[in-house]
Amino acid sequence: MTNLAAAQATLAEAAQVGAAGGVARFAWLLIALPALGAAVLLIGGKRTNAWGHLLGCATVVLSFLYGTLLFFDTTDLDPQRRVRELDVFSWIPVNALQVDFGLRLDPLSLTFVLLVTGVGALIHIYSVGYMSHDADRRKFFAYLNLFVAAMLVLVLGNSFVTLYFGWEGVGVASYLLIAFWQHRPAAATAAKKAFLMNRVGDVGLAIAIFLLFRDLGTTQYTEVFARAGELSSGTLLAITLLLLLGACGKSGQFPLQAWLPDAMEGPTPVSALIHAATMVTAGVYLVARSNPIYDLSPDGRLVVTVIGALTLLIGCVIGCAYDDIKKVLAYSTVSQIGYMILAVGLGPAGYALGIMHLLTHGFFKAGLFLGAGSVMHGMNDETDIRRFGGLFRYMPVTAVTFIIGYLAIIGFPGLSGYFSKDAIIEAAFGQEGWRGWVFGGAALLGAGLTAFYMTRLVLLTFFGEKRWEKLTSADGRAYHPHESPSVMTVPMIVLAIGSVGAGAFFALGDNLVTWLEPSLGALEASEHGVLPHALVPVLTILLVAAGVAAAWLLVGRKPVPVTRPVRVALPVRAARADLYANAINEALFARPGAWLARALVFVDNKGVDGLVNGTAALLGGGSGRMRRLQTGFVRSYALSMLGGSVLVVAALLVVRFA
Amino acid sequence: MNQSGSVLLLVLLLVPLVGGLVVAVLGRGGRAERAAKLTALGFSLVELVVAIATWVGYDPAGARLQLTFSADWIPPLGVRFSLGVDGIALVMLALIAVLVPIVIGGSWAEKLPEGRTAAGFFALLLLMEAGMVGVFAATDVFLFYVFFEAVLVPMYFLIGRFGGPRRQYAAVKFFLYSLLGGLIMLASVIGVYVVGAERLGTGTFDWATLVTVVKDAPASTQIWLFLGFFVAFAIKAPLVPLHTWLPDAGAEAPVGAGVLLVGVLDKIGTFGFLRYCLPLFPVASQELAPLVLVLSVAGVLYGSLLAVAQSDLKRFVAYTSIAHFGFIALGVFAFSSQAQAGAVLYMVNHGISTGMLFLVIAMVMARGGSRTISDYGGMAKLTPVLGGLFLVAGLSSLALPGTNSFVSEFLVLIGSFPNAPVYTVLAAFGMVLAALYVLWVYQQIMQGPVRGNALVGLAGGPGAAVNPDSDTARASVSDLSRREVAVLAPLVALVLVLGFYPKPVLDVITPSVNATMSEVGLSDPVTVQEGNSR
Repeated sequence: MTNLAAAQATLAEAAQVGAAGGVARFAWLLIALPALGAAVLLIGGKRTNAWGHLLGCATVVLSFLYGTLLFFDTTDLDPQRRVRELDVFSWIPVNALQVDFGLRLDPLSLTFVLLVTGVGALIHIYSVGYMSHDADRRKFFAYLNLFVAAMLVLVLGNSFVTLYFGWEGVGVASYLLIAFWQHRPAAATAAKKAFLMNRVGDVGLAIAIFLLFRDLGTTQYTEVFARAGELSSGTLLAITLLLLLGACGKSGQFPLQAWLPDAMEGPTPVSALIHAATMVTAGVYLVARSNPIYDLSPDGRLVVTVIGALTLLIGCVIGCAYDDIKKVLAYSTVSQIGYMILAVGLGPAGYALGIMHLLTHGFFKAGLFLGAGSVMHGMNDETDIRRFGGLFRYMPVTAVTFIIGYLAIIGFPGLSGYFSKDAIIEAAFGQEGWRGWVFGGAALLGAGLTAFYMTRLVLLTFFGEKRWEKLTSADGRAYHPHESPSVMTVPMIVLAIGSVGAGAFFALGDNLVTWLEPSLGALEASEHGVLPHALVPVLTILLVAAGVAAAWLLVGRKPVPVTRPVRVALPVRAARADLYANAINEALFARPGAWLARALVFVDNKGVDGLVNGTAALLGGGSGRMRRLQTGFVRSYALSMLGGSVLVVAALLVVRFA
Repeated sequence: MNQSGSVLLLVLLLVPLVGGLVVAVLGRGGRAERAAKLTALGFSLVELVVAIATWVGYDPAGARLQLTFSADWIPPLGVRFSLGVDGIALVMLALIAVLVPIVIGGSWAEKLPEGRTAAGFFALLLLMEAGMVGVFAATDVFLFYVFFEAVLVPMYFLIGRFGGPRRQYAAVKFFLYSLLGGLIMLASVIGVYVVGAERLGTGTFDWATLVTVVKDAPASTQIWLFLGFFVAFAIKAPLVPLHTWLPDAGAEAPVGAGVLLVGVLDKIGTFGFLRYCLPLFPVASQELAPLVLVLSVAGVLYGSLLAVAQSDLKRFVAYTSIAHFGFIALGVFAFSSQAQAGAVLYMVNHGISTGMLFLVIAMVMARGGSRTISDYGGMAKLTPVLGGLFLVAGLSSLALPGTNSFVSEFLVLIGSFPNAPVYTVLAAFGMVLAALYVLWVYQQIMQGPVRGNALVGLAGGPGAAVNPDSDTARASVSDLSRREVAVLAPLVALVLVLGFYPKPVLDVITPSVNATMSEVGLSDPVTVQEGNSR
């Protein structure tokens, strides 16, 4: 009875999904605009060199404006009517499988639309300056537009298949952009690695879709969510884990995290947009979007939380050991997404919190990356923080916006990271029993470590001795640090404002949580936590302060060597080696794979082909070798005919006696 | 003559046949090369128009076989000259008609071996086209067999006379494999005739008639007859371990023949599974399906791994195709309408994407003069358009959503999963390997520093780095010509159109697949459920 009632309740919920009308009828324009930009730039080629970057910016800005319009159009509606669908065209129709290319306009997807097009527009504008010296700037904007279009398909699609479309679409855009300077072998290799590790996750996502189709006959969100209760608990667990595998690939979570730091080979605006603010958070979106499925599988959610907690610590630990400004930020991204994954793994107590941290992270991490890009821009593309130092007075705007981002990420009270990260740590401690201690403890420890490595990064870059004065860059030039042009600094300032205010705006009065309710359900407060609510922020601030102090003691108050010390303790060595993730991948997959492929080539040439040629030789008479087949052709032909005839007779006999 | 029906398919058969003969005659003078090429292109375009008319004339909701034409041929044996199409054959005919003009354009500047004339080459291409049309349009089993064997002849000469250094070896190997398969099939064709005659009282090779009676034959009979067809088809659409002729043939064939060989000719095998193995021998098909599924998945993984390790560009394409044929066979024998529709669409899409890959690689080789992958490096820097189109072909090959191949691969996998979950999951890992082999080859040829070894005029010693901005580099390697762009542009358009809007093609395929499913006597594992609004 209760099952039936629940099913009816969810069906009623599904019935509220309305068709999009009015201004929302053209929601496909959100995707079409940047897609058109990409198409024009790619087909137009060099002819668009003069204005290509402007078109690239314009399409995304227009998408953002239209997205804003849709947002207000939706807030005008009754909260129960805020989930709307728009059919665009029938995509893959074969009997029971009917995949439409349709859009789902709801608070969750519109939130992402604003994030992707908003931050996307800022980074497009920034790139006008950052890429101004690159002969292929137009191509860069084409790929960025392609990315925005694919990311919008990912978040706006109304089925798991359209999600998959966008999912792999952003993957290929990411591939193209990591390999943008493809004459550099490291960039080409990193791009390939990113795509491959993502594809491992994609297979998981694909199999989850197969399971949904097998058991429910549909892949559309509305129907899947309404009928998820019909799935057996084993299938539910399988689907949650397979979706998680997909999320791990896209979001750089353990065990598929190793590609993300390498992806920093791409131009820095790419790192900011794709590998920090938007694409890599798609895994969080996936879990949050699939909340009706995860709600039904506590075991699946537990695994999600474990992966999140583990990854957030892995990211922190490695982030402490790197000297490359972008790689530190990359591992910081791994770690911050770990927080988000941990949050959405908590289920109804955390979905909205994960999204909130995702949004604030979008501001401050994009800002930090753009700041890093601005530093590199003024420092001959140098990335080694040991070669920086004292840059504050040479690039004050960059330094101030970067430090604001830094304060936000470490959770300085009042800034946006404080609201979003603290909420997650509290929710983690809000779990019952050992879970509260383990997950809460991991999140708390991570906060301290984040404070440590980020403080180290800021001190080494902007303060202290000007270590670059006595050095030259790899191409032999002296460093002449300077502030970036305003086309770059203005986006940084805007993002810094977001880093300050977004958290308060989202969290105070539960603005964001309430807005997301139609998509994610109500946020459950944790009642049976292992620590009192009031205690958690205090502990967090204490640990953050400890992290900052430790960093100051280590690198702030004494000179830092320009080359990194070689003789270091085992943990540092392990962290510098990415906790051996690459070594493990290499030993488990890459080398055995290469060996297997080579062995198979040998088998195919000597074994399979040899066997077949041997048979042919036998048929053609003892002396018939393939190299002599030219002369022995007629004879083999005759023998084959004979063989064929024998078979004819055999067939006839079979028919007779059967 | 007792004949009836529409002549549309007869015209479709005759246009390239006549064209081939005209071109052959035209080319007798040494200076008529250009005339021969233009004539060949003209006939192939006329054929395209006829094919469009055929497409328009076909009613997806209509009879099982349409546009039928039938005439007496060998009355004592009940052999008739019967043509007709279902949706599956129709999309293959359309593929042929689209590919041949592109192939002719792509072969325009083909460097032929000494002593060979362009007229001979282009005449053989058109004769190939006629043969392939016959194979897909025949509805008389004996006629099918005749075309099945006849099509070997032009391909044999295309490889053996116009191919690469080891063309003789490759052509003979191709011919023997196919011939052996054909002879085994002949045994089964006769067997089917005998079974039909026993049950009907009169002998016939008419497919539609035989389908109604052979399916009731005892299981053991069906299994033997099935195997006869199956071996022939498994050689054509090479399933491991019968595949080893393909890398040799694909590598030695001139590019135009290679496109038609891998893009269309090999599909005779998978088409044969659907048209002959399944409806004629439903019991055997179901009984032996596990065996075929094992071979399919083995093909996906084995072909992919071998593709990763290839050092020769053309053999690389051949091995990727072996992996793709594995997917197609999986879709056919997983017995769901989604998987089979996916398999049919896959046959079309693979023709498009592998055709494009073959052509792009030929353009790379025309500039570098080498088939060896490691002779190249950083080419995208010098030839960005070629680099971009190489990637488009590659992304289609790895079934990226938005490209044609995604739709078919997705349909095959999602449709196979309910009946064959383990095989499907294993095959799904072929997706990772596909990404590996495509991106790895792309990286070696197009990315990294420009290396001059193979690029004409850039010789700076083996593997030596070359400054891409130097004048010699720019002068010696040019990007795509207008002709080359015109050859690839329609393929790019097809890749995208079929990626985003495959519905018109699926609407043609699906009813025929449904008919095939009911001929096998099976229903879909997943049906429209109550409560689903769509």
